[in-house]
Amino acid sequence: MIDSDFIDSLLEKNEAVVLRYQEDCLTLDCPSDSIVEFVKNLRDRETFDLLVDITAIDHGVEAEIRFSVVLHLYSRIHHDYIRIHSSCNDNESPSFPTLSEVFPAANWHERETFDMFGITFTEHPNLKRILMWDEYPHFPLRKEFPLAGIDTPLPADDVAEVTQASVEPAPMMGGPFVSSGGGVMSETEPRAKDESWTESKEKPE
Amino acid sequence: MISNEVAYNSKIEGEVIVTKADAVINWIRKHSVWPMPMGLACCAIELMAAAASRYDISRFGMEVMRFSPRQSDCMIVAGTVTYKMAEVVRRIYDQMGDPKWVVAMGACASSGGMYRSYAVMQGVDNIVPVDVYVSGCPPRPEALLDAMMKLQDKIGSESSVKNLRKPRNSSALA
Repeated sequence: MIDSDFIDSLLEKNEAVVLRYQEDCLTLDCPSDSIVEFVKNLRDRETFDLLVDITAIDHGVEAEIRFSVVLHLYSRIHHDYIRIHSSCNDNESPSFPTLSEVFPAANWHERETFDMFGITFTEHPNLKRILMWDEYPHFPLRKEFPLAGIDTPLPADDVAEVTQASVEPAPMMGGPFVSSGGGVMSETEPRAKDESWTESKEKPE
Repeated sequence: MISNEVAYNSKIEGEVIVTKADAVINWIRKHSVWPMPMGLACCAIELMAAAASRYDISRFGMEVMRFSPRQSDCMIVAGTVTYKMAEVVRRIYDQMGDPKWVVAMGACASSGGMYRSYAVMQGVDNIVPVDVYVSGCPPRPEALLDAMMKLQDKIGSESSVKNLRKPRNSSALA
């Protein structure tokens, strides 16, 4: 496990990095312009040689810094994780340096983050969508995007023409469907949060 | 089924059987359904169970699963159809020779199921004409067998010539 001596020496060696908190696992803040160097140091000198995940957080349209990228690294020597939190500078067209040179595994993680949040990873070798189709115009995990989706044409024009089908917002029926939690499972099945309206009965204003 | 549509008395007619073309053609068709497993999610596991020895779909004459659309006439859509996959499902459907049928297996293929999201098509009937819907998440193999027998009944009651062309024109995509 990571002890406080290790944290102190790590912060001493990497001046740009700030301790954020360490309740569940050690979480550090690192500015995006020194992230590549810091991750390389963690990999080569501190034995954090397993990239577990790259994802992002959308703090909301109103937030001062809207997007931040979150990395999880694991050390097989310390048997513990490190979480690195790093802000993207531009709120309109956020970008972030790619880590695919340091960890090849970052390639697909970054493509997914780009697909869902629209964060451009600069100098990424193959930055294109990985889950949604290439022409999809939205970024689904951004805060302003509704869970049900937005009207969009189908990816294939000829199929859309023959079937007259398109990407339509899914019926939410008062959803999202969540469990009230706790108690007997048969009584806490997921239910619509707001059961006062359905497809046939308009949502009350 | 066929017994009341065939008038045959060997003493009178010898080796000649008199019947309707529909009765014979449909009888042949319904007992040699060649399914195309369009396995997209966990329903495909139940589909495999239905084909395996315990449930044994071959008792009903539809065990010849073919992974080529050219060789099959019944597409079993087993699983969640995402919008990205919808195009593929439709193209494979278009590549099947007429007459052809579609079974929507499970909640996802029938209605989108629990996935009320931006990524999942809310029912495969948005892109292909579905003949039989199966409820369940996933349906048990017995439910699929029942659906396939319902499909046999449906094939038996169709006009054998008219269903060579299904209502949604597929020639545009060929």
